[in-house]
Amino acid sequence: MDDALPGDRIHGFHGGLKLQHHKQTACQHPVERPPLPERLFIAMRQHQGETGRTLVETGEHVLKGQALTEAGDDFIVPEHAPTSGTIEGVIDYPAAMPPGSMRRTIVLVPDGEDRPAPRQPLEDWQERRADEIVDHLHRSGLAGLGGAMFPTAAKLRGGWSGLHTLILNGAECEPWIACDEMLMRERARDVVEGGLILAHAAGARQVVIAIEDRMGLVEEKLREARSALGAERRVRIRKVFTIYPEGGERQIIQALTGREVPHDGLPQDLGVVVHNVGTAAAARDAVVEGRPLVERIVTVTGPGIADPRNLLALVGTPFAHLVEAAGGYREGVTRLVLGGPMSGTALPSDEIPVTKGSNCVLALTREETAPTQPTLPCINCGECVRVCPARLLPQTLFKLVEAENYDDAADYDLADCIECGCCAAVCPSHIPLVDFYKHGKDELTRRRLDRRRAALAKRRYEAREERLERERQARRAKRQEREEKLKRSETDAKSEIQAAIERAKRKKEGGND
Amino acid sequence: MVSAILTLTALVLGIGALLLWLGRRLAPDEGSLVERINGILPQTQCAQCGYPGCRPYAQAVADGEADINQCPPGGEDGVKMLAELLGVEPKPLDETRGEHKPPMVAVIDEDRCIGCTLCIQACPVDAILGAQRQMHTVIEAECTGCELCIEPCPVDCIDLVAKDEPWRWPRPDPIPLKVREAAHG
Repeated sequence: MDDALPGDRIHGFHGGLKLQHHKQTACQHPVERPPLPERLFIAMRQHQGETGRTLVETGEHVLKGQALTEAGDDFIVPEHAPTSGTIEGVIDYPAAMPPGSMRRTIVLVPDGEDRPAPRQPLEDWQERRADEIVDHLHRSGLAGLGGAMFPTAAKLRGGWSGLHTLILNGAECEPWIACDEMLMRERARDVVEGGLILAHAAGARQVVIAIEDRMGLVEEKLREARSALGAERRVRIRKVFTIYPEGGERQIIQALTGREVPHDGLPQDLGVVVHNVGTAAAARDAVVEGRPLVERIVTVTGPGIADPRNLLALVGTPFAHLVEAAGGYREGVTRLVLGGPMSGTALPSDEIPVTKGSNCVLALTREETAPTQPTLPCINCGECVRVCPARLLPQTLFKLVEAENYDDAADYDLADCIECGCCAAVCPSHIPLVDFYKHGKDELTRRRLDRRRAALAKRRYEAREERLERERQARRAKRQEREEKLKRSETDAKSEIQAAIERAKRKKEGGND
Repeated sequence: MVSAILTLTALVLGIGALLLWLGRRLAPDEGSLVERINGILPQTQCAQCGYPGCRPYAQAVADGEADINQCPPGGEDGVKMLAELLGVEPKPLDETRGEHKPPMVAVIDEDRCIGCTLCIQACPVDAILGAQRQMHTVIEAECTGCELCIEPCPVDCIDLVAKDEPWRWPRPDPIPLKVREAAHG
């Protein structure tokens, strides 16, 4: 090997924060399955991409694991019935992102029998071509469980030359969230096996499972699982320093390889691809057991939850149902957050359902959400620059976006901001920096879209002008042709008359002879 | 004395000739300037500027016939970009040409459409589909919201509605400039 392989040495990355992790709060109980909710609300599009065609009708009875929407290309991920029951209808139902939005949602009333549809595992996956596995994972509805819900098939596909390592990201760096830790504790073997399947599908030689250095128990379990599967040589388990946000895709790569993913590049350019440990377990369920992705572990925690714990929730379960299963709310809850306290989204209602990317519901009380000090002007202290893991200049970006100078903000690589919130957390002026970056990024997206639309309109306008010109010319040519024909026919007529006269003359002359 | 005058005259004439030649040789390419102006224009093809399309307007701006503030769909941002490209002072949008609106799209009320094809002929980007005595419909992705189809419709069955835009993160409240403002705000 010319290069050291990822995981040979643990490196650092710029900035980041050491945060109080509060993880143990939710890890006191084993993962449990809450009772079936009355209704499941399955968003028809949960991943990044387009919505598939609906395959079921109102009133239809479906079995657990039956496809509800159709799989399309790699960006049209299907959704499956999380349990057996009757389809009550397809409605617009609130979704977590974007805030206050509605999304087409299939409502399923469970019949309580949990009858499964025939399972279709992919037997002998070791012998299969990578494409077959990727197709199978796509049909099983896999999208990244880390939170971004990027279609798994789209990430695996492509046959990247030089791809050597699959990184399984188990470094759950954000405070309070513990679903991946619990998953690795309880299903270590499935995670390792899923990692091997994903590596095979991606064409990677080795798997590196990255966990945090505080996860002692997890490391032990993973090692046991690795020996049980006889995969000591292909699977490495590496502990990274617990510094937020080392679980970010680009940060975990930097921690394991010491190299940065280029700002206009992909992890594959460095020969690595990153998947969440939850995605690995789901891949194993889909391939080995033929179970599509219909459930995930959700951490229900925070100072506002009576009995914090991790729950194995069906996709479509309203968060309120999970909170109830975790003992209900404590007094003084003021905010419900999907995700962690650093990069999560405030939920407008607890009726919003679980999706494939919902890792944590965090209930905060008055104490944590009470307004602190007023926002003050930026004093150029540079604290944000010190902690930015993407090595950007947060204060410059903030000033440019505030001045609506989006083009310059783009030149300062606003798009590379990972919205981790470190800058805002250390800002002594309490400026909501990330809000500005999110707004700036959306504005850049809008401009890009406008430019694309303009290019399309320009092409169509020019094509039409060309067509009109062609039609004009064709008309002119036709007219010319007609005129000529007329002229020709006139001369033809004249010469014919002339010929007839001459014939008559000759006849006359002949007659006289 | 004489030699100094001669030298300076020669220098002046020499440099003058060189500049003249360079000026002719490196004259800005008229065509590419039109293209660059056209590249800034939003390609709505709405003719609100008084020219029959974005490219003719770009040509007129390049020729100095038209002003830079005649494009309502481009808005103030567009005026600013044109001013920057042409090296002139930006000016407010000419409101008499129309107002800057969010992205719009034409919708045909298909029950009322009589299939006259007049709107199809009016559409500058061929975004309307239909045939004689057949229902017409607008291809939403290709409609620029130029409003040119509204006028010719004899049964008034075309409406302009706001384009279905994805939700975007709003601009946060500005941060106070002075600590005192913050304390009292």
